[in-house]
Order: sequence, then C-alpha cells, then structure tokens
Amino acid sequence: MCLGIPGEVIEIVADQPDLAKVDVSGVKRLINIGLLADDRPAPGEWVLIHVGFALSKIDEDEAAAAMAFLEGIGQAYEDEIAALRESLIE
Amino acid sequence: MRFVDEFRDAEKARALAAKIAGLCEPGRQYKLMEVCGGHTHTIYKHGIEDYLPESISLVHGPGCPVCVIPMGRVDDAMHLAADPDVIMTSFGDMMRVPGSTGSFFDAKARGTDIRMVYSPLDSLKIARQNPDKKIVFMAIGFETTAPSTAMTVLRAQAQGLTNFSVFCNHVTIIPAIKAILDSPDLRLDGFLGPGHVSTVIGCRPYEFIARNYCKPVVVAGFEPLDILQSIYLLMLQLAQGRAEVENQYGRVVPWDGNLVALRAIGQTMELRPYFEWRGLGFISHSALKMRSSFERFDAERLFSVPGVRVADPKACQCGEVLKGVLKPWECKVFGTACTPETPIGTCMVSPEGACAAYYNYGRMNRQRVPVTIERSRP
Repeated sequence: MCLGIPGEVIEIVADQPDLAKVDVSGVKRLINIGLLADDRPAPGEWVLIHVGFALSKIDEDEAAAAMAFLEGIGQAYEDEIAALRESLIE
Repeated sequence: MRFVDEFRDAEKARALAAKIAGLCEPGRQYKLMEVCGGHTHTIYKHGIEDYLPESISLVHGPGCPVCVIPMGRVDDAMHLAADPDVIMTSFGDMMRVPGSTGSFFDAKARGTDIRMVYSPLDSLKIARQNPDKKIVFMAIGFETTAPSTAMTVLRAQAQGLTNFSVFCNHVTIIPAIKAILDSPDLRLDGFLGPGHVSTVIGCRPYEFIARNYCKPVVVAGFEPLDILQSIYLLMLQLAQGRAEVENQYGRVVPWDGNLVALRAIGQTMELRPYFEWRGLGFISHSALKMRSSFERFDAERLFSVPGVRVADPKACQCGEVLKGVLKPWECKVFGTACTPETPIGTCMVSPEGACAAYYNYGRMNRQRVPVTIERSRP
C-alpha cells in the first residue's frame, strides 16, 4: 500500500482529464492524475503511483531504479501488482 | 549489465561506508531513527547495518501505517462491516491485522462482506454496482495515502454518490515523531526522514526537529545507496555540529511537497483532538477525521461505532518496537508465537513492519562488511 510504483503514462482519457492510462510492468490500467494538476504529466512521461493516484512525476532513470528496488522486495510488490490488475478505477 | 551495476553499487557502498566510519567520534554511540517502514525494509533486505561501524545503530520508527492501528479501531471496523447492508473495502495490507475477534480475512471467511481493493477509487465502482448497499472504505495510512482518500471523497461528491463513506483512520507523521522525541525512553541523534510522506508534506514540517530539538533530519530515498548517502549526510551534520533538514531524495520530493494533495486533505479532513496509536498510546492532533461539511461521507457519523479501547495482547511488545526501544528479536514472542503467518502484533503483519522485515531477512546476527576507514576533517 505504501509502495510507490512507477508507471509510464500512455494516454490521458479524453473526456476525463483526471484519468490517465499507464503501463506498469506491462499491466495497463487507469489511474488518477488529479494530484498532479499543477504539473500535468503527458504521454511518455513517468509517474510514481500510490494506491491508484500519481503522486509525483519522475524521470525514466528514477523509474528504472524504483522498479529494480520493487522487484527486489518480492512478495509485497507482487501483491501490489496483483491488486493493480484487479483495480476498477473508471 | 545488472551484475556490473550491482558491482558498482557495492563499490560505492563501501566508499560511503568508509566516509561514514571516518566521521565517527571515538567513544561516541550514535542512534539514528529511520521513520519509514519502507526504509526498514531496505535496511534489512540489503544488510545496510553490516556496512556501518558498531557505534552506529539504526532504530526503527513508527512509520508503518498498518502497524500503528490500535486493536479497538479494527474492532470498530469489524462492527461496521457486520452490518448486513454494508460492504467494507480495504487495502490488502489491512486484511491480516488482528482485532480481538480475528482479522478481516477471518471475518470474510465467516461471511462478512469485506473486499480487498487496490485503490479507494475502486470503492466508487463497487458503490455504483451495488446501489442497495452502503460501501465503507477502511481508510488507513499517513500523508502518502490521505490525499487519495480525500480525492476519492471529492470524486464521490462530484458524482453524486450517496452510498459511499469513509471510516477514517489516517494518521499524521509529525506528532508521532514529536512523541518519540519527547519520550524519556530513547535518546536519538538524528532522523532519516520518510520519502513518500515527504512527497506530500515536503520538508518544512521537519524543521522543528532541527530547530527545537537540535537533531538533524535527512529525507531519504529507498535504494540502499540512498540510505547510506543519507546516513553519511546525518553523520556529517553531527560531526560539524549542525542540525538542519536536508533532502537527499530531491529527485522525487519537492521541498514544499504536493500542494494539490495538501489542499485536498485540508478541504475534506481535519485534525482529531487525539487518536490512539498502537503501542504509542494517545497522541494529540495526530490523526485526521472527515470535516463536518463532508459528514455524509463519514462512516463514524453515519453508523454507530463502539469506539471501545482494546488493550494489546500482553505478550505483544509492538509498542516498544514501534518506539525503537526494543529490537524486534528482543520481543518475547518474536518468531515463536508471533510469525508472519500467525501474527500477534501488527509489526509482524505488514511487510513494512520491523518484525516482518527482520523475520523475512533473518538479520539477527550482524556480520560486518570490512571497510577501510577514511578519516577526513569534518
């Protein structure tokens, strides 16, 4: 739950500008980007996601480092990705 | 490629360790607290303590949101969930936290409708799909997750949802740090500030620690080198007699935090006069509740909540572990009666809990990595 997961923004949802489709390790889901209203992410940019909300913009190097860290912690990360897969955000 | 990277990291780690060792004053003992459970995890996973001189000990702080939820609040949530009209939603981390009649998982097995969600937003869809039910989200977490609850409530309001509410258990990190600083049990020399919480609150809220308590704070990232670099920055401040707030995790944490997130929290929630923390007891102004203008989203106003205080099991010493007074393995039931499979205390439940981290990585016996001490004038 406290894990910040890096995701790449693929597209902003046309009629709901607070929502974006992101790619997290191949899992594509909608997340909320409302907390980045002051510095909106564009497709191709990376964000750190907490419980379905992008909390900060990061660069690609930071995303790779964060992903390496997460893969290293094992079960907790797998649980988080499994939960993300089940997510119903719309 | 990965091997090369790891090799380079090990070289860098040893170089940092040598600089840290060079800053230690002979005969002085240092106690540095890592506030955040994510840091605790990195420290055990990578054996960070093995790189440090004997005179530096890392003390684990209260920054695991699952760990600090008192048993009474779990019981209150169970009481809410037992209402046949209610569907309770909760993060996975919360599902195994023991209340006095078992965990959410146990209740679910007995037929209570408790559903695991990834995001509070998932609850809104469940609410729309079940218009004849009342959906209650078990909101837990520090300032990292409070904005997501706040934004979800604002979205529910905008969508005109009337069957969604929040059982708010959000806590704030600063009063807990202050309680630890004021506690006579422990003398600390400095703090590794939490990374993700600081993304929201920024670095300014820690300034009182430097100003009023004369202790350095370094907001730290989560990789092993981040932690070592932050320990180095803390030790450098101590060697130079400085007490300041520094941001080692500037690549993610803005100094002023996330203003949109802070506004969303402020718009929907307000501080409670006091809140009970597992192990730490009652702490003034340390938790959030829904504002009265959002009362129709406040499960505590919509339902009757018993609010009974339940003492922790006698054998459990989570309180001492959360305050950093005891190392996890010094607890009487650690690894015997209390394991991640059958946790008695919360610190064993969450992967970020200090006990679970110790248990999973078996770090009871430290074996130091040999480093050459690099003496430098501070």
